[in-house]
Amino acid sequence: MISTGLMDTLQVTVLVLVAAGAFVVVRTRTRVRQVLALSVYGMLLAILFLVFQAPDVTLSELTVGAVALPIILLLAIAKVRKREQ
Amino acid sequence: MTARQRGWFFAVAAAGLVACLLWAFTGLPGFGHYPGPYGQVILGQAVQQTHATGVVSAINFEYRGFDTVGEEFILFTAAAGMSVVLRMMRGERERQPADEAESRTAAPTSSSIRVVALLLVGPTALIGWWFASHAQTSPSGGFQGGVILASAFILVYLSGEFLTFRRLSPVALVDAVEALGAGGFAGIGVAALVMNLPYLYNYLPLGQFPGAVSSSGTIALISFFVGLEVAAAFVLIVSELLEQTLLRSA
Repeated sequence: MISTGLMDTLQVTVLVLVAAGAFVVVRTRTRVRQVLALSVYGMLLAILFLVFQAPDVTLSELTVGAVALPIILLLAIAKVRKREQ
Repeated sequence: MTARQRGWFFAVAAAGLVACLLWAFTGLPGFGHYPGPYGQVILGQAVQQTHATGVVSAINFEYRGFDTVGEEFILFTAAAGMSVVLRMMRGERERQPADEAESRTAAPTSSSIRVVALLLVGPTALIGWWFASHAQTSPSGGFQGGVILASAFILVYLSGEFLTFRRLSPVALVDAVEALGAGGFAGIGVAALVMNLPYLYNYLPLGQFPGAVSSSGTIALISFFVGLEVAAAFVLIVSELLEQTLLRSA
Protein backbone atom coordinates (compact mmCIF):
# COMPACT_ATOMS: atom_id res chain seq x y z
CA MET A 1 0.00 0.00 0.00
CA ILE A 2 1.30 3.42 -0.93
CA SER A 3 1.60 5.80 2.03
CA THR A 4 -0.87 8.69 2.28
CA GLY A 5 1.79 11.38 1.91
CA LEU A 6 3.13 9.86 -1.28
CA MET A 7 -0.40 9.48 -2.64
CA ASP A 8 -1.16 13.14 -1.94
CA THR A 9 2.01 14.20 -3.74
CA LEU A 10 1.09 12.00 -6.69
CA GLN A 11 -2.42 13.43 -6.86
CA VAL A 12 -1.24 17.03 -6.72
CA THR A 13 1.44 16.33 -9.37
CA VAL A 14 -1.08 14.79 -11.75
CA LEU A 15 -3.57 17.62 -11.20
CA VAL A 16 -0.87 20.16 -12.07
CA LEU A 17 0.15 18.14 -15.14
CA VAL A 18 -3.48 18.01 -16.35
CA ALA A 19 -3.85 21.76 -15.91
CA ALA A 20 -0.60 22.34 -17.82
CA GLY A 21 -1.71 19.88 -20.52
CA ALA A 22 -5.01 21.70 -21.00
CA PHE A 23 -3.10 24.95 -21.42
CA VAL A 24 -0.80 23.38 -24.02
CA VAL A 25 -3.80 22.02 -25.99
CA VAL A 26 -5.44 25.45 -26.09
CA ARG A 27 -2.20 27.25 -26.99
CA THR A 28 -1.25 24.89 -29.85
CA ARG A 29 -2.32 26.58 -33.07
CA THR A 30 -1.49 24.00 -35.76
CA ARG A 31 -4.42 21.65 -36.21
CA VAL A 32 -2.61 18.32 -36.46
CA ARG A 33 -0.27 19.21 -33.58
CA GLN A 34 -3.26 20.25 -31.53
CA VAL A 35 -4.82 16.80 -32.05
CA LEU A 36 -1.58 15.14 -30.92
CA ALA A 37 -1.48 17.40 -27.86
CA LEU A 38 -5.10 16.49 -27.17
CA SER A 39 -4.20 12.80 -27.36
CA VAL A 40 -1.41 13.27 -24.81
CA TYR A 41 -3.86 15.26 -22.68
CA GLY A 42 -6.22 12.27 -22.85
CA MET A 43 -3.42 10.07 -21.51
CA LEU A 44 -2.82 12.54 -18.66
CA LEU A 45 -6.50 12.50 -17.78
CA ALA A 46 -6.46 8.70 -17.80
CA ILE A 47 -3.53 8.75 -15.36
CA LEU A 48 -5.44 11.27 -13.23
CA PHE A 49 -8.40 8.92 -12.96
CA LEU A 50 -6.10 6.01 -12.12
CA VAL A 51 -4.39 8.01 -9.36
CA PHE A 52 -7.80 8.95 -7.98
CA GLN A 53 -8.73 5.25 -7.85
CA ALA A 54 -11.22 5.02 -10.72
CA PRO A 55 -9.69 2.32 -12.96
CA ASP A 56 -12.90 1.92 -14.98
CA VAL A 57 -12.96 5.61 -15.91
CA THR A 58 -9.24 5.32 -16.71
CA LEU A 59 -9.99 2.67 -19.32
CA SER A 60 -12.83 4.70 -20.84
CA GLU A 61 -10.75 7.87 -20.98
CA LEU A 62 -7.80 5.98 -22.42
CA THR A 63 -9.87 4.51 -25.25
CA VAL A 64 -11.92 7.62 -26.02
CA GLY A 65 -9.56 10.49 -25.20
CA ALA A 66 -6.28 9.03 -26.35
CA VAL A 67 -7.45 6.84 -29.26
CA ALA A 68 -10.95 7.31 -30.66
CA LEU A 69 -11.27 11.11 -30.52
CA PRO A 70 -7.84 11.86 -32.09
CA ILE A 71 -8.51 9.38 -34.91
CA ILE A 72 -11.86 10.95 -35.76
CA LEU A 73 -10.42 14.47 -35.55
CA LEU A 74 -7.44 13.57 -37.76
CA LEU A 75 -9.77 12.07 -40.37
CA ALA A 76 -11.97 15.16 -40.27
CA ILE A 77 -8.90 17.42 -40.70
CA ALA A 78 -7.74 15.33 -43.67
CA LYS A 79 -11.18 15.74 -45.19
CA VAL A 80 -11.24 19.51 -44.71
CA ARG A 81 -7.73 19.83 -46.12
CA LYS A 82 -8.76 17.95 -49.22
CA ARG A 83 -11.53 20.45 -49.82
CA GLU A 84 -9.21 23.44 -49.24
CA GLN A 85 -6.80 22.26 -51.91
CA MET B 1 -19.28 48.43 -27.24
CA THR B 2 -15.61 49.42 -27.00
CA ALA B 3 -12.86 47.02 -25.95
CA ARG B 4 -12.59 48.88 -22.64
CA GLN B 5 -16.27 48.46 -21.88
CA ARG B 6 -16.09 44.79 -22.77
CA GLY B 7 -13.15 44.42 -20.40
CA TRP B 8 -15.14 45.93 -17.53
CA PHE B 9 -18.13 43.78 -18.38
CA PHE B 10 -15.93 40.69 -18.29
CA ALA B 11 -14.26 41.74 -15.03
CA VAL B 12 -17.62 42.11 -13.26
CA ALA B 13 -18.91 38.80 -14.62
CA ALA B 14 -15.66 36.99 -13.73
CA ALA B 15 -15.65 38.43 -10.20
CA GLY B 16 -19.24 37.25 -9.74
CA LEU B 17 -18.38 33.79 -10.98
CA VAL B 18 -15.34 33.53 -8.70
CA ALA B 19 -17.39 34.69 -5.70
CA CYS B 20 -20.13 32.12 -6.40
CA LEU B 21 -17.57 29.34 -6.93
CA LEU B 22 -15.75 30.15 -3.69
CA TRP B 23 -19.05 30.21 -1.82
CA ALA B 24 -19.99 26.82 -3.34
CA PHE B 25 -16.58 25.27 -2.61
CA THR B 26 -16.87 26.05 1.09
CA GLY B 27 -20.03 23.93 1.21
CA LEU B 28 -18.42 20.86 -0.35
CA PRO B 29 -17.67 17.77 1.77
CA GLY B 30 -13.98 17.22 2.61
CA PHE B 31 -11.70 15.88 -0.12
CA GLY B 32 -12.31 12.14 -0.51
CA HIS B 33 -15.21 12.13 1.97
CA TYR B 34 -18.39 11.74 -0.07
CA PRO B 35 -21.21 11.56 2.50
CA GLY B 36 -23.88 9.95 0.28
CA PRO B 37 -25.21 6.56 1.39
CA TYR B 38 -25.50 5.11 -2.12
CA GLY B 39 -21.93 3.94 -2.63
CA GLN B 40 -21.80 2.17 0.73
CA VAL B 41 -25.10 0.37 0.09
CA ILE B 42 -24.02 -0.83 -3.36
CA LEU B 43 -20.54 -1.87 -2.18
CA GLY B 44 -22.05 -3.90 0.62
CA GLN B 45 -24.53 -5.77 -1.55
CA ALA B 46 -23.38 -5.86 -5.18
CA VAL B 47 -21.00 -8.83 -5.11
CA GLN B 48 -23.44 -10.97 -3.15
CA GLN B 49 -26.42 -9.97 -5.26
CA THR B 50 -24.90 -10.20 -8.75
CA HIS B 51 -21.81 -12.45 -8.29
CA ALA B 52 -19.88 -9.84 -10.28
CA THR B 53 -16.66 -8.63 -8.65
CA GLY B 54 -16.45 -5.87 -11.24
CA VAL B 55 -18.97 -3.78 -9.33
CA VAL B 56 -18.84 -0.96 -11.88
CA SER B 57 -20.17 -3.38 -14.50
CA ALA B 58 -22.81 -4.61 -12.05
CA ILE B 59 -23.98 -1.01 -11.70
CA ASN B 60 -23.80 -0.22 -15.41
CA PHE B 61 -25.48 -3.34 -16.70
CA GLU B 62 -27.81 -4.20 -13.85
CA TYR B 63 -28.64 -1.54 -11.23
CA ARG B 64 -28.86 1.20 -13.85
CA GLY B 65 -29.11 -1.06 -16.88
CA PHE B 66 -31.99 0.92 -18.36
CA ASP B 67 -29.86 4.09 -18.48
CA THR B 68 -27.13 2.14 -20.20
CA VAL B 69 -29.53 0.96 -22.90
CA GLY B 70 -30.21 4.63 -23.64
CA GLU B 71 -26.48 5.43 -23.80
CA GLU B 72 -25.98 2.45 -26.06
CA PHE B 73 -28.48 3.83 -28.53
CA ILE B 74 -26.83 7.27 -28.44
CA LEU B 75 -23.77 5.74 -30.06
CA PHE B 76 -25.91 3.62 -32.35
CA THR B 77 -27.82 6.69 -33.52
CA ALA B 78 -24.60 8.69 -33.95
CA ALA B 79 -23.08 6.00 -36.17
CA ALA B 80 -26.28 5.66 -38.17
CA GLY B 81 -26.59 9.42 -38.59
CA MET B 82 -22.98 9.69 -39.65
CA SER B 83 -23.29 7.06 -42.34
CA VAL B 84 -26.45 8.72 -43.65
CA VAL B 85 -24.82 12.16 -43.83
CA LEU B 86 -21.61 10.93 -45.42
CA ARG B 87 -23.45 8.79 -47.92
CA MET B 88 -25.00 11.88 -49.46
CA MET B 89 -21.56 13.40 -49.88
CA ARG B 90 -20.33 10.31 -51.65
CA GLY B 91 -22.95 11.03 -54.30
CA GLU B 92 -21.38 14.45 -54.83
CA ARG B 93 -18.05 12.87 -55.50
CA GLU B 94 -19.43 10.69 -58.25
CA ARG B 95 -20.66 13.71 -60.12
CA GLN B 96 -17.19 15.17 -60.59
CA PRO B 97 -14.74 12.30 -60.98
CA ALA B 98 -12.35 14.39 -63.07
CA ASP B 99 -10.89 16.16 -60.03
CA GLU B 100 -9.64 13.02 -58.44
CA ALA B 101 -6.57 11.79 -60.25
CA GLU B 102 -4.68 15.06 -59.88
CA SER B 103 -4.69 15.20 -56.10
CA ARG B 104 -2.94 11.90 -55.55
CA THR B 105 -0.04 13.09 -53.45
CA ALA B 106 0.01 10.64 -50.54
CA ALA B 107 3.48 9.51 -49.53
CA PRO B 108 3.98 5.73 -49.11
CA THR B 109 3.75 4.43 -45.54
CA SER B 110 7.17 3.89 -43.94
CA SER B 111 8.21 0.30 -43.27
CA SER B 112 8.66 0.88 -39.54
CA ILE B 113 5.06 2.05 -39.16
CA ARG B 114 3.86 -0.94 -41.17
CA VAL B 115 5.76 -3.46 -39.03
CA VAL B 116 4.78 -1.92 -35.69
CA ALA B 117 1.13 -1.56 -36.68
CA LEU B 118 0.90 -5.12 -38.00
CA LEU B 119 2.60 -6.51 -34.87
CA LEU B 120 0.09 -4.68 -32.70
CA VAL B 121 -3.03 -5.91 -34.52
CA GLY B 122 -3.16 -9.33 -32.83
CA PRO B 123 -2.47 -8.22 -29.24
CA THR B 124 -4.87 -5.27 -29.59
CA ALA B 125 -7.70 -7.48 -30.82
CA LEU B 126 -7.03 -9.94 -27.99
CA ILE B 127 -7.04 -7.22 -25.33
CA GLY B 128 -10.26 -5.76 -26.73
CA TRP B 129 -11.92 -9.17 -26.72
CA TRP B 130 -10.72 -9.82 -23.15
CA PHE B 131 -12.01 -6.44 -21.95
CA ALA B 132 -15.43 -6.96 -23.50
CA SER B 133 -15.80 -10.47 -22.11
CA HIS B 134 -14.41 -9.85 -18.59
CA ALA B 135 -16.56 -6.95 -17.42
CA GLN B 136 -17.88 -9.11 -14.57
CA THR B 137 -14.44 -9.66 -13.00
CA SER B 138 -12.50 -6.48 -13.78
CA PRO B 139 -12.95 -2.71 -14.11
CA SER B 140 -13.17 -3.17 -17.88
CA GLY B 141 -16.38 -3.39 -19.85
CA GLY B 142 -18.01 -3.68 -23.24
CA PHE B 143 -17.46 -0.04 -24.12
CA GLN B 144 -13.71 0.01 -23.56
CA GLY B 145 -13.30 -3.44 -25.11
CA GLY B 146 -15.29 -2.38 -28.16
CA VAL B 147 -13.18 0.69 -28.81
CA ILE B 148 -9.96 -1.31 -28.44
CA LEU B 149 -11.30 -4.01 -30.76
CA ALA B 150 -12.12 -1.33 -33.32
CA SER B 151 -8.63 0.14 -33.03
CA ALA B 152 -7.22 -3.26 -34.07
CA PHE B 153 -8.99 -2.74 -37.40
CA ILE B 154 -7.69 0.81 -37.59
CA LEU B 155 -4.14 -0.52 -37.08
CA VAL B 156 -4.62 -2.61 -40.22
CA TYR B 157 -5.36 0.61 -42.06
CA LEU B 158 -2.39 2.38 -40.42
CA SER B 159 -0.07 -0.32 -41.72
CA GLY B 160 -0.98 0.92 -45.18
CA GLU B 161 -3.47 -1.82 -45.95
CA PHE B 162 -6.53 0.24 -46.79
CA LEU B 163 -7.91 -2.44 -49.10
CA THR B 164 -7.41 -5.12 -46.45
CA PHE B 165 -9.15 -2.87 -43.95
CA ARG B 166 -12.08 -2.61 -46.36
CA ARG B 167 -12.13 -6.36 -46.96
CA LEU B 168 -11.99 -7.08 -43.20
CA SER B 169 -14.85 -4.72 -42.47
CA PRO B 170 -17.41 -4.76 -45.30
CA VAL B 171 -20.15 -2.27 -44.47
CA ALA B 172 -22.92 -4.87 -44.61
CA LEU B 173 -21.16 -7.07 -42.03
CA VAL B 174 -20.29 -4.14 -39.76
CA ASP B 175 -23.88 -2.91 -39.95
CA ALA B 176 -25.14 -6.38 -39.04
CA VAL B 177 -22.76 -6.72 -36.07
CA GLU B 178 -23.74 -3.27 -34.82
CA ALA B 179 -27.42 -4.14 -35.04
CA LEU B 180 -26.78 -7.47 -33.31
CA GLY B 181 -24.96 -5.75 -30.46
CA ALA B 182 -27.59 -3.06 -29.89
CA GLY B 183 -30.49 -5.45 -30.45
CA GLY B 184 -28.92 -8.10 -28.22
CA PHE B 185 -28.73 -5.72 -25.26
CA ALA B 186 -32.30 -4.50 -25.70
CA GLY B 187 -33.46 -8.06 -26.43
CA ILE B 188 -32.02 -9.44 -23.17
CA GLY B 189 -34.20 -6.89 -21.42
CA VAL B 190 -37.29 -7.74 -23.45
CA ALA B 191 -36.77 -11.46 -22.75
CA ALA B 192 -37.19 -10.62 -19.05
CA LEU B 193 -40.54 -8.96 -19.84
CA VAL B 194 -41.65 -12.11 -21.67
CA MET B 195 -40.86 -14.09 -18.51
CA ASN B 196 -43.05 -11.69 -16.56
CA LEU B 197 -40.03 -10.08 -14.87
CA PRO B 198 -38.99 -6.41 -14.77
CA TYR B 199 -37.13 -5.10 -17.85
CA LEU B 200 -33.44 -6.15 -17.80
CA TYR B 201 -33.98 -8.34 -14.75
CA ASN B 202 -31.00 -10.67 -14.23
CA TYR B 203 -32.72 -14.00 -14.95
CA LEU B 204 -29.68 -16.09 -15.92
CA PRO B 205 -27.97 -18.34 -13.33
CA LEU B 206 -25.46 -16.24 -11.40
CA GLY B 207 -22.82 -18.95 -11.25
CA GLN B 208 -21.47 -20.53 -8.11
CA PHE B 209 -18.45 -18.37 -7.43
CA PRO B 210 -18.52 -14.59 -7.34
CA GLY B 211 -15.78 -13.40 -9.66
CA ALA B 212 -15.68 -16.43 -11.95
CA VAL B 213 -15.75 -15.63 -15.67
CA SER B 214 -18.95 -17.66 -16.03
CA SER B 215 -20.68 -15.83 -13.18
CA SER B 216 -22.92 -12.75 -12.96
CA GLY B 217 -25.77 -13.91 -15.25
CA THR B 218 -26.90 -11.31 -17.78
CA ILE B 219 -24.19 -8.80 -16.82
CA ALA B 220 -21.43 -10.64 -18.70
CA LEU B 221 -23.70 -11.24 -21.69
CA ILE B 222 -24.83 -7.60 -21.91
CA SER B 223 -21.24 -6.38 -21.68
CA PHE B 224 -20.31 -8.64 -24.56
CA PHE B 225 -23.16 -7.32 -26.73
CA VAL B 226 -22.12 -3.76 -25.85
CA GLY B 227 -18.59 -4.65 -26.96
CA LEU B 228 -19.89 -5.86 -30.35
CA GLU B 229 -22.03 -2.75 -30.80
CA VAL B 230 -19.28 -0.29 -29.88
CA ALA B 231 -16.61 -2.01 -31.97
CA ALA B 232 -18.88 -2.09 -35.02
CA ALA B 233 -20.00 1.52 -34.52
CA PHE B 234 -16.41 2.78 -34.36
CA VAL B 235 -15.27 0.72 -37.35
CA LEU B 236 -18.26 2.08 -39.27
CA ILE B 237 -17.55 5.70 -38.31
CA VAL B 238 -13.87 5.42 -39.16
CA SER B 239 -14.41 3.62 -42.46
CA GLU B 240 -17.04 6.14 -43.54
CA LEU B 241 -14.61 8.97 -42.77
CA LEU B 242 -11.76 7.11 -44.48
CA GLU B 243 -13.77 6.70 -47.64
CA GLN B 244 -14.39 10.42 -47.59
CA THR B 245 -10.73 11.27 -47.28
CA LEU B 246 -9.05 8.48 -49.20
CA LEU B 247 -11.26 7.55 -52.10
CA ARG B 248 -11.27 11.11 -53.30
CA SER B 249 -7.56 10.93 -53.98
CA ALA B 250 -7.47 7.29 -55.08
